[in-house]
Amino acid sequence: MSADLQDLYQEVILDHNRRPRNFRVLQDGRMAEGFNPLCGDHFTVYLKVDGGVIADVSFQGSGCAISKASASLMTESIKGKSVSDVARLFERFQQMITAPPDAPIEERREGVPGDRVTLGKLEALAGVRQFPIRVKCASLAWHTLRAALDSPGEMVSTE
Amino acid sequence: MRVREDFPILQRRVRGKPLVYLDNAATTQKPQSVIDRIVRYYREENANIHRGVHALSVEATDAYDAARERVQRFINAAEAREIVFVRGATEAINLVAATYGRAHLQRGDEVLISEMEHHSNIVPWQMVCEERGAGLRIVPITDTGELRLDEYERLLGERTRIVAITHVSNALGTVNPVTEIVQMAHQRGAVVLVDGAQAVAHMPVDVRAMGCDFYVFSGHKIFGPTGIGVLYGRAALLENMPPYQGGGDMIRSVTFEHTSYGDIPQKFEAGTPNIAGVVGLDEAIKYVTAIGLSSVAAYERELLAYSTDALSDIPGLRLTGTAARKAAILSFAIDDIHPHDIGTILDQDGVAIRAGHHCCQPLMARLGVPATARASLAFYNTREEVDALVASLRTAKAVFI
Repeated sequence: MSADLQDLYQEVILDHNRRPRNFRVLQDGRMAEGFNPLCGDHFTVYLKVDGGVIADVSFQGSGCAISKASASLMTESIKGKSVSDVARLFERFQQMITAPPDAPIEERREGVPGDRVTLGKLEALAGVRQFPIRVKCASLAWHTLRAALDSPGEMVSTE
Repeated sequence: MRVREDFPILQRRVRGKPLVYLDNAATTQKPQSVIDRIVRYYREENANIHRGVHALSVEATDAYDAARERVQRFINAAEAREIVFVRGATEAINLVAATYGRAHLQRGDEVLISEMEHHSNIVPWQMVCEERGAGLRIVPITDTGELRLDEYERLLGERTRIVAITHVSNALGTVNPVTEIVQMAHQRGAVVLVDGAQAVAHMPVDVRAMGCDFYVFSGHKIFGPTGIGVLYGRAALLENMPPYQGGGDMIRSVTFEHTSYGDIPQKFEAGTPNIAGVVGLDEAIKYVTAIGLSSVAAYERELLAYSTDALSDIPGLRLTGTAARKAAILSFAIDDIHPHDIGTILDQDGVAIRAGHHCCQPLMARLGVPATARASLAFYNTREEVDALVASLRTAKAVFI
């Protein structure tokens, strides 16, 4: 197996694919659907926001290992964070997965000095940058989350 | 077969590995002779057709007309004027839906398609049915991916005007009994369009033996260039259809008050056509005819049997589409590995397959799968390449254990 593949399918990713966290329906919350018409990945993100903070978040649906693990990791990493921090985190995440393959890892990790937002476990998805065609898989749950925050009930498409 | 040397792209390497191209249902590779033909056209022959009195225009016109005759012989149409050059199978179906469909469908009429159709043989019919107030009826398939002929017979009704059916399923490989389908439709007075996109490069096609009214295919799926395709239509039908697009080349005379249209096939070929595409397609058909479609079919049948056995040996792998009559297309899923991940892992080994819904979302819904991985073979593929596919699939399994 190539180094790029090992980088993409890290143990953390495989684990979250096998046993996705927060993989359930959340009653009485906001929700949004995300769909990638190219490959058929389809997720619903459920959300409860309380006083500008993500009180609870979950997801359901089906997709490839990258999209499912990314959704699972996302739910873990945003719970308890403020909506504005989550927006920053999405920005950092997006930067990480779309960075040129040879960009030094420190640049992606450090961010702006004094930034409270760190990628943490989400760094497991850094390997996606070697596979530009899979960037949409990794970001599908995040786009869906943003739709749930901005205009709940929306259907999001990555195309 | 010693044909691999004819295809320069098959010599290239991908990610340091020899390319194993198993995505022929998406598009086929081009032999050197086709590439050379297109280059020669632009280097030495380029001119517009049906206009100039100069030598180049005459040469280009001759080449264009000769290509039409070759296509006619290739599918055994009765006359060359029954061959209309279009952009591809999709445009051919849109043409028939927008002209024949619009002219013949009344409120309450029905168009019959099958559950295994490609989006290109669904959406144009949906559009014209909606416009005309006609109904779209769907012939179901069995779990193995075969057309339910009993259901087809039941659905064929007094109001069925058009049956549109694929010759070979791009997602399952199923070869439909088109001759029987046509006979049954004709008994009820319906016309039949057969989508031959996945058939023409893999088996001999004889539209008169089949009896179909329309037959469509794309050049790029038969070792020719993209952007060129063929609509075959029985002359009596084409003559009575309104034109599809207006413009130059399709007219007899134009005044600001009135235009009279040209004869078929020019009536359906408005504007300067894809001349380079037509001569490229001509060369591709010449190439594949020299090999012989019967030989191609026999070779691919053997390779399909070998591939089916090899894939079936992989624990947890399930084939989708196991019809008795199949083209060399293998759609499959592996337990706990999404087709998209299979595609990425195989690509690292230089193995090119398709992962997704194959433009057949209703079919995927029927089969209860979000997507499949698909290896689609051509006559230039080998057992060694199938072995490479299997080895790479075992790597995928190892990653996901």
